[in-house]
Amino acid sequence: MITSYWQHFPHQADIGVRGVGPTLAAAFEQAALALTAVVTDPARVAPNEAVEIACEAPDDELLLADWLNALILEMATRRMLFRRFSVNLDGHRLRATAWGERVDVVRHRPAVEVKGATYTELKVGRIEAGLWLAQCVVDV
Amino acid sequence: MDISQFERVTDYEWRIAPFGEMHVPAVIYADQDLLREMDQKVYEQLTNVATLPGIVQAAYAMPDAHWGYGFPIGGVAAFDPAMGGVISAGGVGFDISCGVRTLLTGLRASDLAPVKQKLADRLFEQVPAGVGSTGRLRLDAAEMDAMLRGGARWAVERGYGVAADLERIEEGGCMAGAEPDQVSDHAKQRQRGEVGTLGSGNHYLELQEVAEVFDARIAARFGLHAGDVVVSIHCGSRGLGHQIGTEFLRKMVIAAPGHGISLPDRELACAPIDSPLGRDYLGAMRAGINCALANRQVITHLAREVFAEILPGTRLTLLYDVSHNTCKEEQHIVGGRPRRLFVHRKGATRAFGPGHAALPADLRDVGQPVLIGGSMGTSSYILAGTEAGMAHSFGSACHGAGRAMSRHQATRQWHGSDLVRDLASQGILIRSPSLRGVAEEAPGAYKDVGAVVEAAERAGLSRKVARLRPLACIKG
Repeated sequence: MITSYWQHFPHQADIGVRGVGPTLAAAFEQAALALTAVVTDPARVAPNEAVEIACEAPDDELLLADWLNALILEMATRRMLFRRFSVNLDGHRLRATAWGERVDVVRHRPAVEVKGATYTELKVGRIEAGLWLAQCVVDV
Repeated sequence: MDISQFERVTDYEWRIAPFGEMHVPAVIYADQDLLREMDQKVYEQLTNVATLPGIVQAAYAMPDAHWGYGFPIGGVAAFDPAMGGVISAGGVGFDISCGVRTLLTGLRASDLAPVKQKLADRLFEQVPAGVGSTGRLRLDAAEMDAMLRGGARWAVERGYGVAADLERIEEGGCMAGAEPDQVSDHAKQRQRGEVGTLGSGNHYLELQEVAEVFDARIAARFGLHAGDVVVSIHCGSRGLGHQIGTEFLRKMVIAAPGHGISLPDRELACAPIDSPLGRDYLGAMRAGINCALANRQVITHLAREVFAEILPGTRLTLLYDVSHNTCKEEQHIVGGRPRRLFVHRKGATRAFGPGHAALPADLRDVGQPVLIGGSMGTSSYILAGTEAGMAHSFGSACHGAGRAMSRHQATRQWHGSDLVRDLASQGILIRSPSLRGVAEEAPGAYKDVGAVVEAAERAGLSRKVARLRPLACIKG
């Protein structure tokens, strides 16, 4: 059985987020979880409130950066953290729902704020039969 | 990295002759050990920068250079608009005008000792730090634009500081040419509650003691004496700068082919300075600079309020405020003639030498104060700009220690609570909302800042003036 997962990978000054899944949309969802995990343990976040996100880009790689940057903007302006994601892709157009809650410093113990998703180590594509990868470095 | 890739010019200057698409050489200022420890990515990124249109003289890396985004962090590059020169959002970075300011307190470390704990606690309560924190100010649309046009001057006009502060800030505290209309609504929305907040990561407010004086004459002119207490603040343009960086990086990547620019790395995205996109970015980036200057000014005011409450009568005067993520229009002598250049400093500090017209009149004969932030628990340094530095690196020096280890490695090696305890036993109080954040910023995760400033001095980029020892650190 193919499972989805996320990882962090090292960058000297910052941190890389990586999502892997059976579809490109699943890989994007996992990359978003990896983004939350830069700030806090996603298990501490309650998926109480839904936020809709839409973006469009000229290619899949820019779309990943746009997706993560749209989440970073929502995290910053709504002061929220997200735990669950549902991504729908139609070509290079993305529509998604992210579920989360407002930051609670005591419960979430947020380690660091993310400034932006970068184009460093930005890769989106198939890695092996039936598995997609979506990754980039985020500036913290 | 392998030092055989370089031509050794001196023990502190290493050159890569132009090859391939490079228009100019690449130069790294460092000693052999620092160079060897640098990531090979610094070599790749610096030689990539040397391929950009209109670059002048050389692509430079400072002794604290490390793997960045397109440009290395610790990179300096100047472009001539008359030669099709470019401006790069990646060459400025996401945290536009991130920088350091240092305030003199007139106190001795012995005066501070009885109230240090209380002072650290109150500063931690009063200066918003960390994820999700918001400032006291809420700016409406008109005030946001006024702040983006006025910078620290806007803050002083609204009672956050005194006019004398402005004389000790680059650009007199207000970057000319800022265009708030080029800053998106998203960027402004991100900033609405963030004016006067420290942020997180390596940003801090620190109480420090002058532990060592290297140049007594200049130190006295800067108002620094061994045993004095100073306050240093390290932060930038917060969410607004990050959003400007994100949005213009994307625009520049998409527009590059239309400008006839082929990018070896997308993070090097840039636009001709004399193009509509180049001008739009310049206007937005300058507004980002003002946002950072206003932010550090408001935080200064909060620190002054806390000192007034705990040590009434204490006057905090600004020594200087430097920015280390910028692109500035400056005049430099190249090939014997003055040229108008756009100098990118990404993780590099402006370090103008004696006599420069941009320096405050009362410091003009000694050179610019160059403030080098340490990492939590380690020393910071104050240097002075030199004449040689003007020729070596367009008047630029290093900006800090630079990471030696990733955040992930740091959290595996240290626990936040152990670090807080160890540092307390050395007399350094840490106040932070996040223990994991503390572990990620462990002093051992950074290079030796002492070696970095030593190399900067030996390379002639700046002169060492004083070393500061941390007493208490408010960490984002």
